[in-house]
Amino acid sequence: MSIGKKMMHWVDARFPATETYEYHMSKYYAPKNFNFWYFFGVLSMVVLVNQLVTGIWLTMMYNPSAEGAFASVEYIMRDVKGGWLIRYMHSTGASAFFVVVYLHMFRALLYGSYQKPRELIWLIGMGIYLCLMAEGFFGYLLPWGNMSFWGAQVILNLPAAIPVIGDGLAEWVRGDYLISGITLNRFFALHVVAIPLVLVGLVFMHMVALHHVGSNNPDGIDIKKLKDKNGVPLDGVAFHPYYTVHDMIGIVVFFICFFAVVFFFPEGGGFFLEPPNFEGANALKTPAHIAPVWYYTPFYAILRAVPNKLGGVIAMGGAIAVLFLIPWLDRSPVRSIRYKGILSKIALTIFAISFLVLGYLGATPASPTATIMARIFTVLYFLFFLLMPIYTAIEKCKQPPDRVTGGH
Amino acid sequence: MNMLTKSLAGISLGAALTLAAGSAAASGGGGCGTFTNAEGVEEHLACSTAPVDFTNKGSLQNGAKIFMNYCVGCHTAQYVRHSRIAQDLEIPPELVQKYLMVTTDQIGDHITAGIDPDVQANWFGAPPPDLSLETRLRGDDWVYTYLLSFYEDPSRPWGANNLVLPNAAMPHVLHNMQEELSKEEFESEVGDLVNFMAWMGEPVRHDRKVIGGFVILFLLVLLIPVYLLNKEFWKDVK
Repeated sequence: MSIGKKMMHWVDARFPATETYEYHMSKYYAPKNFNFWYFFGVLSMVVLVNQLVTGIWLTMMYNPSAEGAFASVEYIMRDVKGGWLIRYMHSTGASAFFVVVYLHMFRALLYGSYQKPRELIWLIGMGIYLCLMAEGFFGYLLPWGNMSFWGAQVILNLPAAIPVIGDGLAEWVRGDYLISGITLNRFFALHVVAIPLVLVGLVFMHMVALHHVGSNNPDGIDIKKLKDKNGVPLDGVAFHPYYTVHDMIGIVVFFICFFAVVFFFPEGGGFFLEPPNFEGANALKTPAHIAPVWYYTPFYAILRAVPNKLGGVIAMGGAIAVLFLIPWLDRSPVRSIRYKGILSKIALTIFAISFLVLGYLGATPASPTATIMARIFTVLYFLFFLLMPIYTAIEKCKQPPDRVTGGH
Repeated sequence: MNMLTKSLAGISLGAALTLAAGSAAASGGGGCGTFTNAEGVEEHLACSTAPVDFTNKGSLQNGAKIFMNYCVGCHTAQYVRHSRIAQDLEIPPELVQKYLMVTTDQIGDHITAGIDPDVQANWFGAPPPDLSLETRLRGDDWVYTYLLSFYEDPSRPWGANNLVLPNAAMPHVLHNMQEELSKEEFESEVGDLVNFMAWMGEPVRHDRKVIGGFVILFLLVLLIPVYLLNKEFWKDVK
């Protein structure tokens, strides 16, 4: 036995290193027909690592106080060697995270990846999504720019909509009568310690649950039904090396887009870094138009669409909460949109359009026309979910094939 | 293969949209305000394009000179160090110390104002804004157009008003310069000033694009072996 093998043997007797590696990599059989949409899972992981690493470095130079936060960001941008790159990678990474996660979630909707037996993967994934929203929100206050300040002001006022205890609750959440250094410090703690811990834990569980039941695929059929004599699915390929080399293409192409933004358009046209945030937080100077960052705008549009503040908060919460229910709302006998009926296809198209239009409306100042549009698309957004048990049950589906199609 | 083509098409579409959004914002979008003309009709003022070019060191140096002579009496640029001006604008530190450091004597210091902004806040009601990030807050073109849009208005305390920012608190500091120079010369001087202010806003703005070019080039080259590696592994998968 070679020295390397001996060492591995020693380790394996004490820790399941080889076993774990085989279970998750070299003997994890993924369907061979993954398409474009399947890149976004691994890309989410890449962006998560990017956020963790750049975040740790930013923490080394950032000053979490109302007096020093804004200046410390400019210090990072100017005096820290390569600080501007780390900061732009983190700020662009925040937007990139939501781009890849939204596409990853849309993939799940397309191919029914939330259906039995993957309900828990979906629920854990939704937990990750909530963590991301929280992480983005807490992180957005940290540079202490004027839009950071006023954006947090608007959102932290939402608890005030709750009857009776609302005002006290809002004050308790802020830790002060208005957004202050106290709020900033608790956001810092949540952003760099609490939420990332939960996030990494959930991502781990997301992977464990996925590898326990196996990956879905664009045909939405179970590849474990047909296996060869060694017990390997006929339509499966080992994750390593096949999908590792495959994902590398996606990662490099993603990096080309990502770094094009980082180096050439770090402000993302005012959507990734907003102009009012180049001015420090000022409690006496409200920006002309307060809007959240683009990845929250669909929900912000729903919030504004409801004339009553409490109703708006409930509608916004409901728009997110209803996503948790999808595995039980979908009554279709097939998973993939390829074999679902016309009603599902129309519904998903309308839903995607509604989400985009609401995102656009949430980023623009309110006007009477925009409000009516937001109301129409809010209704369409909810109808996608509420009517799902009906249209998925009554439509005529196609019979999925026994073996996967497409791909290589 | 088919899949890769699709992926590339999808991603390039995404990139194109990002670029479109980026250039839409770069072109200034918002405009430079509205004003009422002599006939009482409301007009929109389009922003003039600021001649920002960080490779034109002469322009940046002239901009720094104008900034130190006309702006730092009242304004700070509290995130900009004099030493960085010497370094990036290729001015010998002795010359920066001798001619440009009008409000401090340590070259590592940030740019402070001749009169403490807090004192000015007591005098005028509000402190003049710090100018380090003014071009990133307002846009290069906005600042350029603003500086070119002062006009005589006896009703204002300082005798001047502005088309871009009506009832601006700032006096027309460049008034004498505008009187002495031709229109083109004045625009060129203001262009240099805004070029310098854009540099103050983000000193790495030019360098990051140069570095970015190499990064993207490297990734494009890296794509070749990565693509071939994938092809090699998957050729046996039926």
